[in-house]
Amino acid sequence: MNKELLKKSQSLIALFVLCLAISLLSDKFLTANNLWNVLRQISVNVCISVGMTLVVLTAGIDLSVGSVLAFTSAVCAGLLKNGIALESFDLFIGFTTLGGILAALLIGLLIGVFNGWVITRFSLPPFVVTLAMLTVARGATMLYTQGMPISNLGTSFEYIGSGWLIGIPVPVWISLIVVLIVVFISKKTTFGRYIYAIGGNEKAAFLSGININSIKLAVYGIAGLMAAVGGVLVSSRLNSAQPNAGTSYELDSIAAVVIGGTSLSGGIGSVTGTVIGATIIGVLNNGLVLLNVSPFWQQVVKGLVILLAVIIDQKSKKK
Amino acid sequence: MLKAINISKSFPGVKALNEVNLSFYPSKVNAILGENGAGKSTLLKILTGVYTDYEGEIQLNDQPVKFKNIKDAQKAGIAIIHQELNLIPALNIVDNLFLGQEIRNSWGLLDTPQMTRITKELLQKLELNISPTTLVQNLKVGEQQLIEIAKALLADAQVILMDEPTSALTDKEIENLHRIIADLKKEGKTIVYISHKMDELFRIAETYTVMRDGKSIDAGEMSQTTEQDLIRKMVGREILIQKKQANTTDKNALLSIRNFTLPHHTLKNRNLLDNISFELNEGEILGIFGLMGAGRTELLETIFGVNSTKSKGSISIGNQDVRIQLPKDAIRHGMAFVTEDRKTEGLVLGMNVAANISLTTLSENSLLNEQSERQLAKEYISALAIKTPSAQQLCVNLSGGNQQKVVLAKWLATNPKILMLDEPTRGIDINAKNEIYEIIKKLAAEGKSIIVVSSEIPELLALADRILVMSEGKLKAEFSADEANEDKLLKAAI
Repeated sequence: MNKELLKKSQSLIALFVLCLAISLLSDKFLTANNLWNVLRQISVNVCISVGMTLVVLTAGIDLSVGSVLAFTSAVCAGLLKNGIALESFDLFIGFTTLGGILAALLIGLLIGVFNGWVITRFSLPPFVVTLAMLTVARGATMLYTQGMPISNLGTSFEYIGSGWLIGIPVPVWISLIVVLIVVFISKKTTFGRYIYAIGGNEKAAFLSGININSIKLAVYGIAGLMAAVGGVLVSSRLNSAQPNAGTSYELDSIAAVVIGGTSLSGGIGSVTGTVIGATIIGVLNNGLVLLNVSPFWQQVVKGLVILLAVIIDQKSKKK
Repeated sequence: MLKAINISKSFPGVKALNEVNLSFYPSKVNAILGENGAGKSTLLKILTGVYTDYEGEIQLNDQPVKFKNIKDAQKAGIAIIHQELNLIPALNIVDNLFLGQEIRNSWGLLDTPQMTRITKELLQKLELNISPTTLVQNLKVGEQQLIEIAKALLADAQVILMDEPTSALTDKEIENLHRIIADLKKEGKTIVYISHKMDELFRIAETYTVMRDGKSIDAGEMSQTTEQDLIRKMVGREILIQKKQANTTDKNALLSIRNFTLPHHTLKNRNLLDNISFELNEGEILGIFGLMGAGRTELLETIFGVNSTKSKGSISIGNQDVRIQLPKDAIRHGMAFVTEDRKTEGLVLGMNVAANISLTTLSENSLLNEQSERQLAKEYISALAIKTPSAQQLCVNLSGGNQQKVVLAKWLATNPKILMLDEPTRGIDINAKNEIYEIIKKLAAEGKSIIVVSSEIPELLALADRILVMSEGKLKAEFSADEANEDKLLKAAI
């Protein structure tokens, strides 16, 4: 209990120091405009990463989230723009904004469940299965969009990514709600407890009568669903679905999970830690832009921060 | 000559070796005998440089030696052939033999022809008719073992330690191994041979040392002793624990196991469980004794539904046939299984006491009720006298005995009719042991039916109403508490 608290305060302190340093170096950092901007930017990664956290807690990984994000955002945009035309039946199905979004979420969920099914049914390593899905979903996106963006999706859809509600950007509301729900699931339900138990000791969990496969299925399903939420946010922000959207987002989300103190070997970590991790990455990106650091250096710095976080984590574990 | 003089080694809470004295002679097969837990493995680990902090002295050819690591011991000419072989299945014989000591040509590249030639010679010497480039995974277990011996020969080992070398071999393979051992003896090698199989020892060994409770009890020439005598020395401790009076009142069978068979995962003609049938009566404590590898754990696991895809046989509970395909089903039918290894199978060490205890009883798809969880934990912390600062303490921070009680608690929480315990007191101190014995007896008195699997005979004598003996996957004998004693049990198990 104390250890977890210590770990969380560790990353909180790191975030605080980072903010302090950037605000000393740039007076543009601590402005309301900029801070809302940071929060809006990280909202996509936060959504993906909380799903990823559950997967990593079971000692798994999901590399397909970036591609699933692209595919779901493309499908969402396609349905909104073109609907489904069944020519042989002389039928046309149009989609409202809500309808398009729900369809995208459903597809994300199904892809995730499929990942989980393959992993558990054939006892394959999650790394390989989701790597395959990464390629498949990206290819499917290209096929569906013909490699072209799908744009002009309507003002009500655009509102989701760009609008404000009670003085807060809508994407921030959405990510906040997502975080609250997943924190609740992970800490207050039997399902959440089983996730930790499976990651902590799968054999003991199995012998305790826990249905390991169904829990894993659900966890990968949630990861897919969260990628779809990210897909909706990204395309609505741009009012356009890009076939290249979400490329390498899986790496950013794994970085957020790791910086947030969740162990890649499972069983230890928390969703709130991941939120802090995603925020650290977001603030770092923002600070480097404000300081006019070249985007190439930004990548180098980000990589070093990840490395540092893991080293500190390992050290504190040994103690 | 390899000599161990006054070797002692302690682990936290346990004295594993207590002033052990041993001598192993060249050109002889030197047998070490002892029950499980007598200290044989610890001794081997000291002789081969795995454990470096011990008291006492090791002498090799009258020179004191102190190995800093495994490599050091190898350099000194000591090789060990483990029960579980240490080969890399996906590499071929040559690669395995020369692993870490590859021969290189003048370009600094692997000199494969040279290594293959040497391998061929070694294989010939061991009368193995196989190509040096065969992958190890395609070899039979007996052949793999000979590859290990070839490795020892390649390293020019003078002392070869063999830990239960025949436990996975067929009769023919054993014969072959013994012939090779005889050859090695002629070359002046010192062979140290650990085995439970008496007939084998009398066939090939010249000297023996009996170990018991971390001490070397007796040593001498095999030709001067008898099987009876050796068994007596192996068990000959005073029984500190009161022997149980048999509970003779007639009882009904609660659990019947019929024709349980579980094939070996790799060996086709071997069964881990071989047509096992028995019954467990209401309110009875049934002991199951067997040496390492007898199939005790596999039996309990199979009953509990762990191996349901591979095993054959049927179970009935209270005259009703039941199908158990997963541990979940077993729990639903009122079974509980306190596993042998609390760290890898019993507990989620990174979770706290309360979460571990409630793990078996949470209802699926619901909210956690932290209050009732804490209540449950509190109940068992006091009922089983678990020493922990609070129910929120992580299990990794508890002592072995208290961890074991948490495992017990998590299973008692399911309120089982049938409780199966696998080595319930392994690696915990004597006080915790006695506490757990008392708990088990109390549970039986409350009407629970209990199976205790153990490799410690006194434990079974203290607890069981009836004792079954297993060996090589078969049920070998059955004793009532009145007729059971250490001699009989050990003899049936060997």
